[in-house]
Amino acid sequence: MQRLLIANRGEIAVRINRAAKALGLTVIQAHSDADADSLAVRLADEAVCIGPAPAAKSYLNIDALIAAARDTRADAVHPGYGFLAENGDFADAVEGAGMVFVGPRGDTIRMLGDKVTARRTAQAAGVPTVPGSAGRLADVDAARAVLQETGFPVLIKASAGGGGRGIRVAHDMAEFERVFAQAAAEARAAFGDGGLYIEKLVTKARHVEVQILGDGENFIHCHERECSLQRRRQKVWEEAPAAALPADLRRELCESAVALARQVGYRGAGTVEYLYDEEARAFYFLEVNTRIQVEHPVTEMVTGIDLVQQMLRIAAGEKLALRQEDVRLTGHAIECRINAEMPEKNFMPFPGTVTALSVPEGEGVRFDTMLYEGYTVPPFYDSLLGKLIVWGADRDTALARLRTALEGLQIQGQPSTVPLHAALARNADVIADRFDTAFLELWLESDEAKAELVTKEKA
Amino acid sequence: MAKAEIRSPLPGTFYRRPAPDQPEYKADGAEVAKGDTIGLVEVMKSFHDVPAEVAGRNIRFLVEDAEPVTAGQVIAEVEE
Repeated sequence: MQRLLIANRGEIAVRINRAAKALGLTVIQAHSDADADSLAVRLADEAVCIGPAPAAKSYLNIDALIAAARDTRADAVHPGYGFLAENGDFADAVEGAGMVFVGPRGDTIRMLGDKVTARRTAQAAGVPTVPGSAGRLADVDAARAVLQETGFPVLIKASAGGGGRGIRVAHDMAEFERVFAQAAAEARAAFGDGGLYIEKLVTKARHVEVQILGDGENFIHCHERECSLQRRRQKVWEEAPAAALPADLRRELCESAVALARQVGYRGAGTVEYLYDEEARAFYFLEVNTRIQVEHPVTEMVTGIDLVQQMLRIAAGEKLALRQEDVRLTGHAIECRINAEMPEKNFMPFPGTVTALSVPEGEGVRFDTMLYEGYTVPPFYDSLLGKLIVWGADRDTALARLRTALEGLQIQGQPSTVPLHAALARNADVIADRFDTAFLELWLESDEAKAELVTKEKA
Repeated sequence: MAKAEIRSPLPGTFYRRPAPDQPEYKADGAEVAKGDTIGLVEVMKSFHDVPAEVAGRNIRFLVEDAEPVTAGQVIAEVEE
């Protein structure tokens, strides 16, 4: 493995580039017409255009990517996250073309990508799952028996959904009957698969997840992350470790993720996501993401492991050099997602031109980004501009460093969610680690939040 | 006759229909009430309505369907 094609864009393409260069690989950056002047292209050894701006014609176009990889004599492809990263057919197409896919086998991606088979696999590995249907539900009548067990409120989820898409809530039977048919039609339209399943809605839950690494034979975890601060089911702030988890549960959680990895003979980096019910002291399996995740840096900061380099080494056929006892957790890390959105205008996305950029430096501060001065952010893709990550010997130190780092991060000409993070880093509940997945949206409705975000706009 | 302009509130891609298989929000030459949606702007994977901030008759679009727009760009004109 010598020539790596990066089949992605934005900050993750820059991140993969850095890991690949560190391993001495030649980096070929695939890009759309809209990304010809991107940082990832500038940093690459070679670049290849794969089509016009719309993702469907470029970053989601399997034929164009395979052709580009062939034309540039790539021998491996890294899919990043999003786009084709969890598309088993893409993984198969890459391997079918005689190249290495940096990720799990296509059949593993398909098995874990389908929520119903993933849930069954988790149960087989002894991982606790949320009470709900054993599989796809044929109709409302089939759901009645399951609803006896789960009670209301209940989540109706699309079997082919993910990333927060294809989820509906029903509070009683009448609503359930109404929403079920709607949800099936929507799932058919959005995912080409109308299959639905149901799960008890666990209220007051935290989102926790475990980073796993496997080479197909050996499997380890790199501890857990806490990602409860979400808006519209999108994470905005992540931490490692999950400080609220008691030590015994933390061990059980991480071991359950390794059991699941072993169950499927996992190869590469992955994340097992869970809901954690703090009152009941119980955790439940949610889903597996068979790729590198946006929030992987917090794990890197507390373990010292370069996860993207690990992915590349595993893909090249190396055995995992790390044993579980080599993975040591030190200190606490926090990541803030810096999006091209205006918090004071209901988070309206707004791509602009970066006229000046000032990035904080210093011990324990890292900024993963696609920005440079003079860059015009294209409107065609997601709004993530970069991630500010801080590390401290403990959570309070990390929070203090975060407040300073956020002041030092100045992006002129491009609105961003920096003011939101500055407000959160000063919030008493956040400082006390007192929040669940509903916290952020409720807080955003509060007078305190409105005052904070508007003041920031005037300042 | 005075002309009034309807501008895009944000940069992105302008669409005249709510979905590809649905009719246009406003046909060429249609009458527009204040607050009517005249199109959508897609930006960073989300869709935002473009409301008419004025009422008027005989709407004329200056931007084609699925064409890129900048913030503040005039999308359409109406006769007041």
